[in-house]
Amino acid sequence: MATSPPDPTLPAGEERAGRGERPERDAAGLGRARAAAFVVPALLLIAAFLVFPALWTIYLGLTDYRLTGLAAVDPQVVGLDNFERALDDDGFTNSLGLTLQFVVGSAVIGQAGLGFAIAWVLRNRRGFGRRLIEAMVLLAWILPSSVIAFLWIALLDRDDGTLNALLSTPGTAWLLEHPMLSIVVFNIWRGTAFSMMLYAAALGNVPPSHLETARLAGASSPQQLRDVVFPRIRGHVLTNLLLISLWTFNDFTPFLLTGGGPEDRTEIMPVFIYRTALFGGELGFGAAISVLMLLINLVIAVVYVRLLRRRKDPA
Amino acid sequence: MNAPPAETSGETGERPGDRHAAGLDGARRLLGTVGFYTFCSLVLAFFSVPLLWLASAPFDDTPSITASLPSFTLDNFETLLDNRYALRSLGNSTILAAGTGALVVVCSALAAYALSRVRLPGRDALLYVLLLLSSIVTGTAAMVPLFNLAYELDLIDSQLGVILVLSGGLLPSAVFILKDFMDGTPRSYEESAQVFGASPLQVMRHVVVPLVRPGLATIAVWSVAQVWGNFLIPFLLLRSPEKSPAAVVMYTFYTEGGQPDLALISTFSLLYSVPVVLMFLLVSSRYGFRFHGGIKR
Repeated sequence: MATSPPDPTLPAGEERAGRGERPERDAAGLGRARAAAFVVPALLLIAAFLVFPALWTIYLGLTDYRLTGLAAVDPQVVGLDNFERALDDDGFTNSLGLTLQFVVGSAVIGQAGLGFAIAWVLRNRRGFGRRLIEAMVLLAWILPSSVIAFLWIALLDRDDGTLNALLSTPGTAWLLEHPMLSIVVFNIWRGTAFSMMLYAAALGNVPPSHLETARLAGASSPQQLRDVVFPRIRGHVLTNLLLISLWTFNDFTPFLLTGGGPEDRTEIMPVFIYRTALFGGELGFGAAISVLMLLINLVIAVVYVRLLRRRKDPA
Repeated sequence: MNAPPAETSGETGERPGDRHAAGLDGARRLLGTVGFYTFCSLVLAFFSVPLLWLASAPFDDTPSITASLPSFTLDNFETLLDNRYALRSLGNSTILAAGTGALVVVCSALAAYALSRVRLPGRDALLYVLLLLSSIVTGTAAMVPLFNLAYELDLIDSQLGVILVLSGGLLPSAVFILKDFMDGTPRSYEESAQVFGASPLQVMRHVVVPLVRPGLATIAVWSVAQVWGNFLIPFLLLRSPEKSPAAVVMYTFYTEGGQPDLALISTFSLLYSVPVVLMFLLVSSRYGFRFHGGIKR
């Protein structure tokens, strides 16, 4: 309650005017001005710690700012040099490719696919079995990332790892031999819960009578999915894909597992930026890569939003 | 162990004419049941195997990397109590999580209520832009300027700085989700409260908050869980180990110094995990996780 807004005691007339415009919407008699005052604390925080850093990133991307040395004291604007350098940089293209593999493999295919499969299979079940499975999936999602990272390091350990014991493949150093596969599977394990819960809720909105009708008409499960279920949950699917793609794109947790290595084989974009900017000290160059990353995120988001919009037009 | 198989009984009124069809049907159903249990077992195995170690190692008298049946002991927890930073870091995590949670819930509730009830110009565009920004900017992309900003504001090595930065990152999604909850509540109560002369803040406190309590609980739990597990921001902004939260301290346990102390790591992991799990259980049993709002359009 310490952060209740600075309530500007407004002249009653102004409030009336605000209410007069849309009397039916303004149930609490808030008035535009007071409504704005309610929004201000949140907006201030967002502006200071989200929007401002984002804009600053764009500015830094245009400079040769460094963590140490001459350029740290007096950074010069170098225009688009950083961006040209990034696009030519092997490390950047490598990292971009790895990030795409990571996002498509672990989020779009892995989390969404597995999440939907679990939700679909369990849709008519109640009772202990369902609760147990959901609890396990959720546990993977809610535990702190540092703990999860160590659990997986232990699981995949070369000498004493539980996985090697289970698969009887002693001596396989998963994080060194199959680093990308490891973090993809790791991220599927980590994030499937969100998709599962979302699809479970979405499937709840599909009227059972429609599925029943389709079944009686002789539709197989894949046909039911395609013709009855999917058209109804298309919006959910797209929103889900948008969110998990963006989250996965910006996920730093694989760093706790592999630190970007071996060499640079798991150096996804956030790790690449961290290594370049704060480890390598090239803050300006790092910021430029951040901007490129923001642009890619924006493209992903715009594509999804477009697809979402199209849902409404033909119908 | 498992749910009773649905659809295996009933509705096969077997008539002599279509015995063949019924046979096929039965075979398919059997196949389906087998497939169902196989799938469930695989999913269960996939999700539980990595967690086994967390359940066994803390109570093992010679904890190793491999998950195994422990020879039971509680000695490992003494190692934990002896460590200077372990318990303190959990306290730090609590401060950060509680501070951020309170700030996010209060600010987002006020904002979501206003945005839900009054059509401010450019509201929807604003919401979407902020949501997009939050999923994009939090963390890595804005690492460098966040560090600089904290430095300029003298918030380096300050827990307040971490709370503010985290709140800024969580607020857009919180507002977005809560606004959907608020949209779904009836306005008639507020109108009558207003008729009886309640001020907007009073309406908010006595009418709206009770109505959207599940939404507020969801946001509170969500933001606390986000902060509790967040590694990057405190890693970036805090310097002294005395102020570091559990996420950062835990990372130093297994990266610094040659041989990791498994007794310490395992007990600490467990202690660090228990609060989120408890909170989650409490809230989901009390309110149920409302997932319909906020995400669909």
